[in-house]
Amino acid sequence: MNDGIHQAQDWNDDDGMDDHFELNLYIAGASSNSVRAVANVKEICEQYIKDRYTLRVIDVHQEKSLASREQLVALPMLVKLRPHPERRLIGDMSDTKRVLKGLGVSGEQYD
Amino acid sequence: MSFEPSESRDRFKTLSKAQTGIRGLDEITAGGLPAGRPTLICGAAGSGKTLFSVEFLVHGAMEHGEPGVFVAFEEKAEELGVNVASLGFDLEQMQRDKLIRIDHVHIERSEIEETGEYNLDGLFIRLGYAIDSIGAKRVVLDTIESLFAGLTNLAVLRAELRRLFEWLKEKKVTTIITGEKGEATLTRQGLEEYVSDCVILLDHRVENKISTRLLRIVKYRGSVHGTNEYPFLIDEEGISVLPVTSLRLSHPVSSERISSGIPALDKMLGGKGFFKGSSVLVSGTAGTGKTSIAGSFIDSVCKEGIRAIYFAFEESQHQIVRNMQSINIDLQSHLDKGLLLFNASRPTLNGLEMHLITITKLVEKFKPGVVVLDPISNLITVGSTSEVKSLLTRLIDYLQSKQITVMFTALALNENKTEQTDEGVSSLVDAWILVRDIESNGERNRGLYVMKSRGMKHSNQVREFVITDEGLKLVEVFLGPDGVLTGSARETQRLLEKTSEAIRDHAVSRKDREIERKRLILESKIASLKEEFESLQEELNKNYIEEELKKSIMDDNRKELIRKRDDQI
Repeated sequence: MNDGIHQAQDWNDDDGMDDHFELNLYIAGASSNSVRAVANVKEICEQYIKDRYTLRVIDVHQEKSLASREQLVALPMLVKLRPHPERRLIGDMSDTKRVLKGLGVSGEQYD
Repeated sequence: MSFEPSESRDRFKTLSKAQTGIRGLDEITAGGLPAGRPTLICGAAGSGKTLFSVEFLVHGAMEHGEPGVFVAFEEKAEELGVNVASLGFDLEQMQRDKLIRIDHVHIERSEIEETGEYNLDGLFIRLGYAIDSIGAKRVVLDTIESLFAGLTNLAVLRAELRRLFEWLKEKKVTTIITGEKGEATLTRQGLEEYVSDCVILLDHRVENKISTRLLRIVKYRGSVHGTNEYPFLIDEEGISVLPVTSLRLSHPVSSERISSGIPALDKMLGGKGFFKGSSVLVSGTAGTGKTSIAGSFIDSVCKEGIRAIYFAFEESQHQIVRNMQSINIDLQSHLDKGLLLFNASRPTLNGLEMHLITITKLVEKFKPGVVVLDPISNLITVGSTSEVKSLLTRLIDYLQSKQITVMFTALALNENKTEQTDEGVSSLVDAWILVRDIESNGERNRGLYVMKSRGMKHSNQVREFVITDEGLKLVEVFLGPDGVLTGSARETQRLLEKTSEAIRDHAVSRKDREIERKRLILESKIASLKEEFESLQEELNKNYIEEELKKSIMDDNRKELIRKRDDQI
């Protein structure tokens, strides 16, 4: 589970908890969708929620039992654990507007 | 080491099958579902798709050593477990034993944002993991169409489903995919396009407020299969399908006889009764004693130690036992010995097919030699005539193949001039006994006819059928100049005959005496005539003697005169 954690901020800071993003990105090996998804998510995060996100990239092939536990069907899938509510985004994250909508981030804020 | 060329070639050629363990289905499909291939089970909501799938997995795991994975898209594992617990399946225990693995796939559109291209790798991975973790040979996807509700990209879904089925085939697992019935298509999402090996349609029809479940194999590539709609039943033992439409009439026959329980009736049937394994119809108007005949038959076979089942559609067990007691037939003792089994139910309890399945299931369990259905007339309330006829045909076929003698009773209506029973079964049965009211002189009596009895000499006579405290009896009817007389008319006629006999006897003796008298008169007349003749004869004789005397005297006189003249000269 600790593979591929991209830690950008010390999220023990209680004051910053509310707008700190905790994200899990589930991918299936090195498929083209997976590769694109990882790149897209990283790009969006860096652009819109820089320094206030934790992103874990998890290859389901490495731990197959996860698929059932995490109710995975369609891949790639990005799960936003925090801030609440939990949201699930599927696809290669190429539709930036939809990703931002899913994350609850307004696009203009950082433009 | 052994060399079996032909056998191995055969094995190579034929499609191998995975037995479902569902009673009847494996017969229709000639061995089960295509092994290692996907099968589509479609049907409307509540048609039994999930249960079908669960049974397939449970039987596979318990009886054929083939563990299975159940992917539930609609129900949670616990819910599924509770739902099938009533059938005696302990899914939790089976999961602990690694015989079954249930994976609940939850997908909710409102929780998901689609942000570009995706595929169903997640599903593949979890399914693959589930299969590998228990070495599954069977997989159920129930109902995979839920994916269409959760995901919007149809092009992706369709392509992925196609890939999924191919992948399952490669994995060599026998798969059941369930699908909800669409309006014009077998399934809403046209799953039948992807599953081309075997498609089974489940239906649930309600006619006249009575439901019947039907199963049909729409398609089965590479195998022969029954094409009819087969009724099936879901009860506490799960699904059972009934392939009882045997088209061939090739059941074995017996020339053994079985007594009807009424000695005089046996005598009418060539002296020995019915053939074993034959079907007997007892029809008659209301209150003619059909049930009594059936009871008497049951009593007689049970006394011989043959097991019997009595299917009562009108009366309860206790009612029948009590009523039979009144004519000295003790059914309770047979019940106590376990030779007799009652199954009393209203016909409207089930659809016709349910009845048939109930009957066959009980027959399989109890293994009787004789079955009585009393009466079949009420079945008409739950089905049309042709349906009832088809049911009875199949029942007769089934029972005859098992060498079970069956007796039906049927109510015939008074207006029914042709004496045909409502159910139109009289042509199907081997023997037909008709009990009819004979009404005359203000009373009703029962006449019993043997309308037909295949393969044996039988009486063409009408017998009067009397129910007494000691049981059933047949009495010879009186055939008078005015026709058949029964009941008190018969008794009167008998008395009448007795009287006339006495009168005739009397008349004969009077005539005898008259003749005697006449003879005496004649004899006395003869005597008097004789006397008359004698006196006449005497008279005649007297004259004659007198003449003789006169003549001799005259002769003497003349001689005297001559002598005297001579003396004078």
